[in-house]
Order: sequence, then C-alpha cells, then structure tokens
Amino acid sequence: MSNFDVFDDQPDDDPNAISYKTDKTKGVTFDVSYKVYDPDDIRRQQDEMIDEVNMILAMSKEDAAIILRHFRWNKERLIDGYMDDSPKVLEAAGLGPSVTESPKLESISGFMCDICCEDEDGLLTFAMKCGHRYCVDCYRQYLNQKIREEGEAARIQCPSDGCHRIIDSRSLDLLVTADLRSRYRELLNRTFVEDKDTLKWCPAPDCANAVECGIKKKDLDKVVPTVACNCGYRFCFGCILSDHQPAPCELVKRWLKKCADDSETANWISANTKECPKCNSTIEKNGGCNHMTCRKCKHEFCWMCMGLWSEHGTSWYNCNRFEEKSGTDARDAQAKSRVSLERYLHYYNRYANHEQSARLDKDIYQKTEKKMVQLQTASGMSWIEVQYLNTASQALQTCRQTLKWTYAFAFYLARNNLTEIFEDNQKDLEMAVEALSEMFEKPIAELADAKLKVDIMDKTAYCNKRRVILLDDTADNLATGRWSFNVDLKSAAGRR
Amino acid sequence: MAGLGPKRLGKELTKITNNLPPGITLVSADNLEEWYLDIKVLDQNPLYAGQTYRLKFKFSNSYPIEAPEVTFVKLDNRPIPMHPHIYSNGIICLDLLGSQGWSPVQSVESVCMSIQSMLTGNTKNERPPGDEEFVRGNRQRPRDIAFYYHDNTV
Repeated sequence: MSNFDVFDDQPDDDPNAISYKTDKTKGVTFDVSYKVYDPDDIRRQQDEMIDEVNMILAMSKEDAAIILRHFRWNKERLIDGYMDDSPKVLEAAGLGPSVTESPKLESISGFMCDICCEDEDGLLTFAMKCGHRYCVDCYRQYLNQKIREEGEAARIQCPSDGCHRIIDSRSLDLLVTADLRSRYRELLNRTFVEDKDTLKWCPAPDCANAVECGIKKKDLDKVVPTVACNCGYRFCFGCILSDHQPAPCELVKRWLKKCADDSETANWISANTKECPKCNSTIEKNGGCNHMTCRKCKHEFCWMCMGLWSEHGTSWYNCNRFEEKSGTDARDAQAKSRVSLERYLHYYNRYANHEQSARLDKDIYQKTEKKMVQLQTASGMSWIEVQYLNTASQALQTCRQTLKWTYAFAFYLARNNLTEIFEDNQKDLEMAVEALSEMFEKPIAELADAKLKVDIMDKTAYCNKRRVILLDDTADNLATGRWSFNVDLKSAAGRR
Repeated sequence: MAGLGPKRLGKELTKITNNLPPGITLVSADNLEEWYLDIKVLDQNPLYAGQTYRLKFKFSNSYPIEAPEVTFVKLDNRPIPMHPHIYSNGIICLDLLGSQGWSPVQSVESVCMSIQSMLTGNTKNERPPGDEEFVRGNRQRPRDIAFYYHDNTV
C-alpha cells in the first residue's frame, strides 16, 4: 500500500475555523460559523474543484476527479504531491501508465474474454487505459455488481487481478444504463461529503443537504458546534446528535450512556433497598427480622441501624442501640452513595421532564396551527397577526431543548464560583419557559384578548433572550476553560 | 440475465479435467453449481504432511463476477486443516474470496493454488481467535461475513 493512502486531512489554513468570538457586535459566543449546501451545491463544488485541477495539471476531467477523490478533495496536498512525484501519485490514485488511447467499445478479431470465455466474431469489447480487455457484457455485469450490490463508486478497479486502474466516469457512461449511472453519481456525492471532515450530512429524515463547518474534533471540549440546516433541523456538528447546547459532546455521550444504564432501575433501588455496609451489594429486605446476613460477603448487620450485628448482643428483633461507632460509619457510607444517587436522580428527573415536553413538540406545533386558525375566526385577526403563536411555540421548543441539556451539563459540573451564575441563569430560563408554556395553553377565548397577545410576545422575546444569555455564559466559560467538570473531557476529545 | 457462468465454467472444467497443477485433483463436478476438489500440501510442512483436504466450490449465478463460495469439507479421511485463517467448520478467511479481493479473472484453479500456498506458508498450529464462538454462532453465508483481515503475515 502506498503512503498516499492516508491523510489526516485537516487543511492547514481553515477559512471556516471557529473563532471564539469575544466581539459581541459580531454575534453571540455560542454560534459557530457554518454553511448549508443542497445537492446542487455539493455537485457544483465538486465540479469547480475538478475544473481547477483539470486546468492546473492539464489532465482530463475524469482523471482529475479520480485523483481528487484519492486525495480526499484536498487540492493543496494533491498539487504538492503531484509536483513532487507525479508517476507515483498517479499510480497510487489508480491512474497508472496508459497502454491504449481513449477507451471505446470495439470488436477485435480473435479475441476471447477472460471472464466469460466468449470468443465469437464481432464480440464488442472494452478496455480502460490499462489495456485489460473484456467483453462489454462482462464489464457491464461487473460494474452492476460493484455499484448496485456493493455500493462502490469511487474506487471501482479494473476487473483484472492486481490492476489498480480506477474506472472513470466517461468509461462508465459508455458501458452502463442511465439508472445505474445516476446511482453511481449519487454514491460519488456521498463519498464527497463523507471524505471531507468539514462536511456532514444533515441527519434529519429525507433531508438531502450537507453542512460545512470548520470545527475540529480536538476542539469539542471547548465548543458545542450547533448548526441549523435549511430544513429547520438543529444538530451538533461534532456528534450529529440533535442540538445539545450547552453540554459538550463528551458529557452528552456519558450522560446518555448513564441514562441508558440507570434511571428507572435507580429509582426503584433508591426507594426499596439498602446496601450492605461491607461490600455495598444492594439488598432488598422482603420480610423477616432485622438480623441481615449478606448473601455475598456474609457480613452480619442490623437492618435498622446498619451496625454490626455482633454489637447488638441479645437484643434481637429490636434495634434499640443508638450511635454505635460501626453503625455511624456504615450509615455515612450509605448516605454517601444515596446522596450520589439522589443527585443523579435530581438532574435526571428534570432532564427527562424537558425531554418529555420536547417529545410533545410535534403535538404542540400541530395544536398551534389549529389554534391559529380558530383564533382567526374568533378574533378577526389576520394570518399574519396570529403568527406570534407560532413564534412562541418555536421558542418553547428550542428553550426546552436547551434546558434539558443544562441538567445533564449541571450533573457533571464541579462546583466553583461560576456555577451559581449558571444556576441562576438556568432558573430564570426555566421560570420564563414555564410561564410562557402556561400562557400558551390558554383556551382560545382568552387568547383572543389583545393584552395576552402582548404578554405572550413579551414572554417569548424574554425566553429567547434568557436562552441566549445562558448559552453565551456557558460557551464563554467553556471556550476559556473556566468550568471544571467531575469527569475528564479531554479523555475522549479527538477520538470519536 | 442468463449469467456468464455456463460457458465460463464449461471452459474451466475442460481445462481442469485434463490438466491440474500437482497436488490438486478434481473429485466431482456433476453440475455447474457445486464442485469438489482435493488438495494436498506438497512440501514437507509437518502440519499438513500426508494429508488430503477437500474443498467445496459453490457458484452463484453471478460467477465469475462474484466470487465462488469456497469452504473445506470434513469427511472421515478429510480433516479441516489447521490454520489461523481457517475456522474449524471449514470457513476460510481469505481476502481473495471476498468482494474486495476477488477479480473475475480468478478461477477455480487459481483459488485452489492460492489456498495451497496459504497452507504451505503456514507454521502456526492454531485456529483463528474466537473460533469456537464463531463456529457455534455463525449462520451467515461465508461471503456475508465481514472478515477483518487483521494479519496479513500468514
């Protein structure tokens, strides 16, 4: 394998790189710059780069495309490499030395196809520039197999064993039907986006757009790069999950894993069990006396005071001891683990609550639309005039999404003198959102009241503002490393 | 589509009935779907000396565009050879037999020779890691298994 095959692919000068903006006039700190591309843009981008390489290196467009794909669309590196040692680069890209000129379909007398062993006269054959000639039927089936069955496009090699010549789009056009050709183009577009670290597909269902953002993996402990596709879907460019500001990707990953492990079970455990003071096994007492013998470590203790049973002497079935030393220690240890569980549940319950509300977002939105129609008839307001409900609904959704993640964020946040500001911001936003939510769900009759309309509009603006303030503060402290977390963010930043 | 198979397999059969490299013998090729061949390792590799192994070739409609399915078959006098890329149920982990490594120019004969040389070059008297579990759990066809060619030295 040649050493041209692997690149770390980070352009050195990155025009889209995030600047941690401190200049408030330019926008808010938590915003990253990004661009949304539709399928036509994606195609155009490729064409432009192909044209450029086609001109600079004076090679055909088909070859330029192949070599660009080989260099994962890193034009600078391509040109450098090519200037250094063009035969080597061409060979590695699958454009080895040419044997025949401009490939075309032809019949050659005395030819036998090495694939199907067909040798009749007039058999149409094809060979790429490598000169490995096969009959057109075999070539077609081969391409069909690669494209249709194996989903391969950018690196379809010559059928000959050990030949690394890559099929170019002009040859492909000569050989296959239109539907296969469009499948081929689709697969190529896919590899274009997947090859570039600065491009990601929008994960929303049925959305064909891609988003470009210069955030690098190693920066994910400093910034939460939320982007919004033109389809309206907001997602994190770092991990492709839906918007999780203000929590950084690594915390989100840990939190989701923790929630999948714990939650429901944890609830029940907390309500019904105690831990063995010696080995911390969880024990459910389902009847019987207070004399407990741990199944696991055989430790004997009293269920009531958690102290050593041996210290109870003969006062069985009735714990009347108070403040035995061993009992206090055990209770301390247990209290500690209970506190940690309670702490988790505190955050989890709030997180889950907002998630629940977020899940109802779709419902709310549909209700809103209905409401807007009803309101028009009830109050005589125009369509434009009732749009404030739509705005309010959207603000509610976005704010709840943010609030949800503030709780996961807070769970991992180690207390320092900035956490109080964060908690105040969180409280303000939460109160504002709940207030707006209440107004929003009022019956139509009341909504028709002009004063409530003004109130809702004010509250909507206030919610959005509180959200920006909260995100601004968290992002700012994250970028400058002023938060401390009780887990290591760096451990996973850089890998995915 | 009728497939390229019949004519190609016919030609291959004619060729291998008359002439096969040493150590490879055709056992049966009664139809164009399943062939059996025996292979021996010719040098004095102590792991395989004196043994004969049976290979089963299954051809799909897309052969030779698609690789044939090639496995070792266990009989009373035909064991499964010991090799770090051969599972004890006869499945062979060889890039040549996967879609990435296969070329339609390969043939039954060339596959046999590759397997022969894969045995010749081996010195390890062992099964692939996780053999037992794989053999117990695997219900997939060999070509659907995403083998991870983790070791190209053997």
